Amino acid sequence: MSCTCNHGENADKLVPVRAVVTEIRTETPDVKTFRVVGIDGSNCFDHMPGQCAMLTVPGVGEAMFSITSSPTETEYKDFSIKRCGLLTDYLHTMEPGQEIGIRGPFGKPFPVDTVFKGKDLIFIAGGIGLAPLHSVINYCRANRDNYGKIDILYGSRSADDLVDFDEIKNEWEKEDGINVYLTIDREQEGWDGHVGFVPSYLKEIGFKPDANRIAVLCGPPIMIKFVLQGLIEMGFDKTQVYTTLELKMKCGIGKCGRCNIGSKYVCKDGPVFRCDEIDELPDEY
Amino acid sequence: MKKIEKAKLNDLLARLAEASTLYLPVRKGGKVNFAKWTKDEEYCADELKTVKSAKDVFFPQSENIVSFKRESSKITILPKELPTDRTVIFGVRACDAKSFDILDSVFMSEPADSFYTARRNSAVIITTACSTPEETCFCGVFGIDPANPGADIQTWFVGEELFWEALSEKGKALTEELSDMLSDADEKEVEDEKSRISEITKQLPLNGLSLENFGGDKTNELFDAAQWEKLSQSCIGCGTCTFVCPTCQCYDIRDYDTGNDIRRYRCWDSCMYSDFTMCAHGTNRPTQLQRFRQRFMHKLVYFPANNNGEFSCVGCGRCVSSCPISMNIAKVIKSFGGDNK
Amino acid sequence: MQKTAGLIKKRVLELLADGTVTKVLGWKEGDFIYDVTPASFLSAQEADGLVYSSFCGANLSKYLISECKALTEGKILALLKPCDTYSFNQLLTEHRIDRDKVYVIGVGCKGMLDIEKIKAMGIKGITKVIDNGKELDIKTIYGSKTCKREDALLEKCLCCKSKNFKAFDEIIDPEPETKEEKADRFAKVSELEAMTAEERYAFWQEQLSKCIRCNACRNVCPACSCMKCVFDNPVSGVSSKANTDSFEEKMFHIIRAFHVAGRCTDCGECSRVCPQNIPLHLLNRKFIKDINELYGEYQAGEEVGSRAPLADFTFDDAEPSVVNERGNS
Repeated sequence: MSCTCNHGENADKLVPVRAVVTEIRTETPDVKTFRVVGIDGSNCFDHMPGQCAMLTVPGVGEAMFSITSSPTETEYKDFSIKRCGLLTDYLHTMEPGQEIGIRGPFGKPFPVDTVFKGKDLIFIAGGIGLAPLHSVINYCRANRDNYGKIDILYGSRSADDLVDFDEIKNEWEKEDGINVYLTIDREQEGWDGHVGFVPSYLKEIGFKPDANRIAVLCGPPIMIKFVLQGLIEMGFDKTQVYTTLELKMKCGIGKCGRCNIGSKYVCKDGPVFRCDEIDELPDEY
Repeated sequence: MKKIEKAKLNDLLARLAEASTLYLPVRKGGKVNFAKWTKDEEYCADELKTVKSAKDVFFPQSENIVSFKRESSKITILPKELPTDRTVIFGVRACDAKSFDILDSVFMSEPADSFYTARRNSAVIITTACSTPEETCFCGVFGIDPANPGADIQTWFVGEELFWEALSEKGKALTEELSDMLSDADEKEVEDEKSRISEITKQLPLNGLSLENFGGDKTNELFDAAQWEKLSQSCIGCGTCTFVCPTCQCYDIRDYDTGNDIRRYRCWDSCMYSDFTMCAHGTNRPTQLQRFRQRFMHKLVYFPANNNGEFSCVGCGRCVSSCPISMNIAKVIKSFGGDNK
Repeated sequence: MQKTAGLIKKRVLELLADGTVTKVLGWKEGDFIYDVTPASFLSAQEADGLVYSSFCGANLSKYLISECKALTEGKILALLKPCDTYSFNQLLTEHRIDRDKVYVIGVGCKGMLDIEKIKAMGIKGITKVIDNGKELDIKTIYGSKTCKREDALLEKCLCCKSKNFKAFDEIIDPEPETKEEKADRFAKVSELEAMTAEERYAFWQEQLSKCIRCNACRNVCPACSCMKCVFDNPVSGVSSKANTDSFEEKMFHIIRAFHVAGRCTDCGECSRVCPQNIPLHLLNRKFIKDINELYGEYQAGEEVGSRAPLADFTFDDAEPSVVNERGNS
């Protein structure tokens, strides 16, 4: 059978394969979720939560995005993408049916089948930082028996900037064993939920630093800094906290040098790091 | 050990060029670089160091890796054929030969870079001993011996003859192909040359640099060191050191719209450039100090951490002679107490 | 030179001590005499490493852009050779530096040496160069060598603009203006102009195909002071990091020459730093020669705030059609 996806025998890791954007969901004023399927209707490749993929628009460029969908959603890959640069601007103008290039998966995933197993999980995200955690959360929901209690603390600038709001409200919040804490930065008409920054809400909630708990963070650097500080104050150990780093990436295979930090390459050795591992890296992320 | 008269060297090169693509140091516009050899080119055997190293035979400064066509919402992806023609690189110095091992450990480690690997696998490297090492040379610091340059075949110019020793299977096979042009020689005939070279290398002013303060476990000691400020203060942020360096291998990937198709090419990049780590939300190395530090920390600390203590420098001294402000890795090593003399 | 160096150091120490300046921009000694590095010195102790030798070709004026921005108190002392003062004035004209923040010491110059030229003579393994005025005494690991000083001058020094300083607060050990007839700095440009288009193309093709796009010429150039160069700006549409074809090899340098036209003082740093020895100064000199011929003699940096011919309209200006006429000759 001849191959239609351009996966040639000698295909290099740098060469993307064809894929098609089948569905585009507007999440917030500057975030859209793109559903991507291989050109032959396949799922392009298998991945694990936390891993990333390179999306290509020929002539515009290529960039690394975390895969938002869970590996348990086997028909497609979702990418929640915030408009913030040349390529993402272009992606936001696309219509369903548009073909793009994709390559991956890249990086090390969250240790969902090892370290996380049997643990109570706290997910803490800010803004578009929910994208990589979305994949882990849905993976855990699909394998619910493998995990203990799940707490999700998610905040954004405003109610309009909360990504995946419908799914959170209609699915996550309604499931047993899942507690969802939502917050927005400033008061807003029609919002009767919590108001305040994520780190301060974290203190109000006050999670117990049980050894059986794992915290997973993702968000803007300033949020990560204060949330981590908060968790440490509560008594959590850095070995219980996982996060993802984001640096400029190009090749995805630890060779082009761009995401090198200390002896690590974020594209290959990350993007998922345990917080005590980050402490060993030079302070330039 | 084999040999050939220097007067017949051109015939040998012509033979090599028949069955392979032959690269060697040739002079163009007054400067010597590795380039494809044709009968009209003169092999610059006396040039110790080409401006650029020979790395771009395997890792070209710019190469297309894939092409695209776009038609309304459809795209076509046209992967590039991998190069398979046999390549011979002649006249490689010991430092550059060693640099290929370092590049191999980057590009050929899993997942391997298929473009580099294809070129590397189809190449035979013929080295030449350094008859006149220069003051900028410090390959000895990295355990490299310019009298025994290694690779597939190593050669020495002695008097009116070129001595030839095949080392690897590839080298032996190529030597066999050329057997009618090479005559038998005695290893003793190159011994004087080897010891002459060894005597010179002992006098090289930078060959006594010590690397004891560097290595994979030195991140914490070196990263915040006060020295970086003075070392980097005059750096103009160009890419000269990076591009003439035989071991620097960072690259960028870009698209180029020819009007007919879109070519995705990769090209050399430099961590010294202000936009190297720039992305939509800014850069994590906004100062030249940080960028300068990254280059040397990578060569002397991060790379050894990932490669069993091997440094990503071969002491070729190209940065010593070509930096616009005369700042270089030797001065960096010295400022951290590496001046052993 | 050693005498000059001594005088400079003495004066630098005095000015640091009495608080006239808080920082000194000069040159620091290297490992082999010839590899001096531009450096700043904040104290008498640091200034111990300050040198002034025949290898101080580097033009320090461009560093003043960032130094002036960073300076919070006092003044920065800049050691400038006569030709460097042209760049200094040009930067003042373009409001890139602040005259009040800089204390300029003009330092006499006999013409600076080019180690590449000495090496090109076949002199290898150089560990020391002693400048005896007319002759250079060169120590190498292969024995002593000598060569004529004039044969080892930097390209820019072959057609020295002037021994006079165009800007200074004080001067140390000035040189008298050269009496001998100066070399014609446009000689090579005229030679290129006299070639057929094909010959000229071949000349530049051979030279520019060596370019490795290291950006040394751009980054060292005092006229290239854009905050973001078009070649680095992804939204410019021409940003690129490599010469992907022979057209791009030329495009980068020709665009750069256009961008500095009328502002280039012919300081020669571009050619000095090029690792591939591309005679980039010839592109700039072509523009300077054309400007002189079409708009009247003009030297950028001769004075502060001078009339820039390409940014100044007069009714006597050459008509654009002059280009076509010249092209047909």
